[in-house]
Amino acid sequence: MLSIENLHVSVGDKPILKGLNLQINAGEVHAIMGPNGAGKSTLSHVLSGKSGYTVTAGTVIYQGKDLLDLEPDERAREGVFLAFQYPVEVPGVSNIYLMKAALNAIRKHKGLPEVDAMDFLTLVKDKVKLLEMDEKFLYRSVNEGFSGGEKKRNEILQAAILEPSLCILDETDSGLDIDALKVVAAGVNSLRADDRAFLMITHYQRMLDYIKPDIVHVLANGKIVKSGGPELALELEAKGYHWVEEQAA
Amino acid sequence: MSAVKTISQYPTEYEKFSDALPGQLVSWLRLLRQDAAQHFSAHGFPSLREEEWRYTNVSAIEKKLFSPVATSEIGAVDMDSLKQHLIADAWSVVLVDGHYSASLSNLDGIPESVTVMNMASAVEQRADLLEKYFSQVVDSKEHGFVAFNTAWFSDGLFIHVPAKQVLAKPIQILHIVTQAGFMANTRDIIVLEESAEAKVIETYVGCDDAYCSAAVMEIALEQNADLTLYKLQMEGEKAYHFGGTYVKQARDSRFTHHNFAFGGLLARNDTHTDLGHASACDLNGLYLGVKRQHIDNHTRINHLQPHAISHELYKGVLNQRAKGVFQGRVLVAEQAQKTDSMMNNRNLLLSDDAEADTKPQLEIYADDVKCAHGVTVGQLDEQSVFYLQSRCVDKQTARNMLTFAFANEMVGKIKLPELHDRVLAQLLQRFPQAGIQQDWL
Repeated sequence: MLSIENLHVSVGDKPILKGLNLQINAGEVHAIMGPNGAGKSTLSHVLSGKSGYTVTAGTVIYQGKDLLDLEPDERAREGVFLAFQYPVEVPGVSNIYLMKAALNAIRKHKGLPEVDAMDFLTLVKDKVKLLEMDEKFLYRSVNEGFSGGEKKRNEILQAAILEPSLCILDETDSGLDIDALKVVAAGVNSLRADDRAFLMITHYQRMLDYIKPDIVHVLANGKIVKSGGPELALELEAKGYHWVEEQAA
Repeated sequence: MSAVKTISQYPTEYEKFSDALPGQLVSWLRLLRQDAAQHFSAHGFPSLREEEWRYTNVSAIEKKLFSPVATSEIGAVDMDSLKQHLIADAWSVVLVDGHYSASLSNLDGIPESVTVMNMASAVEQRADLLEKYFSQVVDSKEHGFVAFNTAWFSDGLFIHVPAKQVLAKPIQILHIVTQAGFMANTRDIIVLEESAEAKVIETYVGCDDAYCSAAVMEIALEQNADLTLYKLQMEGEKAYHFGGTYVKQARDSRFTHHNFAFGGLLARNDTHTDLGHASACDLNGLYLGVKRQHIDNHTRINHLQPHAISHELYKGVLNQRAKGVFQGRVLVAEQAQKTDSMMNNRNLLLSDDAEADTKPQLEIYADDVKCAHGVTVGQLDEQSVFYLQSRCVDKQTARNMLTFAFANEMVGKIKLPELHDRVLAQLLQRFPQAGIQQDWL
């Protein structure tokens, strides 16, 4: 589904990613862990098309297409979804409107008819229950006045409605208490499917107790320095990142 | 031997018509007009040297010498062309080229105790009552436009609502200028007696060529009175507009202003209010500038007594080479303890050549008050644009959504549904790239 080869990315003159390789197949859940400043968020931003990053070398192929060639909205319509580390408040645009517009844009892109308003409402209300959210959040402006936990749930709610092929979770667990984390994780787990892949970026092993990854990678100094099964996350939890960085050096 | 410098060519031009001005037989008014004319002759229109006019150059008005409109020269207007501006569920008063038109106005069913009378008639028939208010809320020497207006206003409207009367429908005052080169110079007075309530809509429209409208409104709100005033400044794109709204609020009175400045080449609005004990004002403004429009809003809130509340939010969206000016002054007098005042001005610049000048001023002489103010001048938030893009919205639509949402906050405050929809339509019309997808509404 996603194939990243030798990816080099700079911000200004500063290289952040320095030859990153990553292969994600449909149905898999990958976790990327690493110390602060390793380039985890840069990776999620580059994949979703945020401006301010210069790709100096390497390729990113997503479902046979050159992902880096596409505008952020085109990537979204192609099924790439980014759950933001810091979801943005958009005053004046209602949450439910944005979700409906996004879903219809995706359906249109696939050559499907627009979703009927009543069907959409049924779908949304169903997902709202799954994420244990209050329906009133649907009618509020996007993320405006939401608490940190509500914002993160709202991101997963959007994922649940848009049904992306590649779902990038950028530190979705950060700042959540354990109850909220369980709810968010249940939401994510309900989305796991054979035709969908996940790239979870996290700083904490705790999230992986609730969302079991297939493969864990350690990102340090702009590269993936170690990959392994879920047990790698536990090892990192016990020993810290230092030993991996040393091994790689 | 130096010649006496002529400050303005207007007095000579306007004095020719002075015999025909309303109220010349009413002595207090005649004297007031003479005094104001003298003041104007000596000072002319405001100049950039005056602190409150330093961002707005009105010298073009002096140069163009807009003519007064004699009653014989009033343009013909048919009712059908006015419909687009008139609210169906309202009493309406139409002023064409600065003169009241009885045939275009509709006051059917307005309670008899309520006076809604054109100013030219009122200064004769209700002179005693008017004397109590005329030039009492704003000094005729406030600045050149007020002096000019006092000296040579041609007509306007007088509204008097007796105590405890609550008007069931809004009163709309539609000002239309039909001819190039003319100046409509009107004076309105609104008086709400104790516990009276009213909603008034002022609408300004005009032809596509250069003209000028100068309107001064004085408002007296007696104890516990409640006025909501909507101003829709939608002048033609070559027009010059000066509007002054001056309010005096007695104890416990409430004044809510919604000031939409969308039109004109050069537009200036003054909104001043004097707050009495525990009175409240809520000043909302939205200005949209495109091309080379210059839109200036000047507000002054005087907290003169304790416990009054003032809330002010002005927002501007400036595109292309447009310039927006906001000067907001809040004064809290020494005895005005427990004042609660909040002033905000937010500007969104959509192009590199657009400009916003914003100047909040707080003068606080009391020590137990809650006062806050904030101003911002910025561009669209790129984080928000990216967020919307990541939710499938293309970049241009994302920018439009955010701009619209920014402005729509002010339109959303309009409580009259029909008026809300009219203003919304105006907003969308003037919205950048209005043609593209707007289904987010």
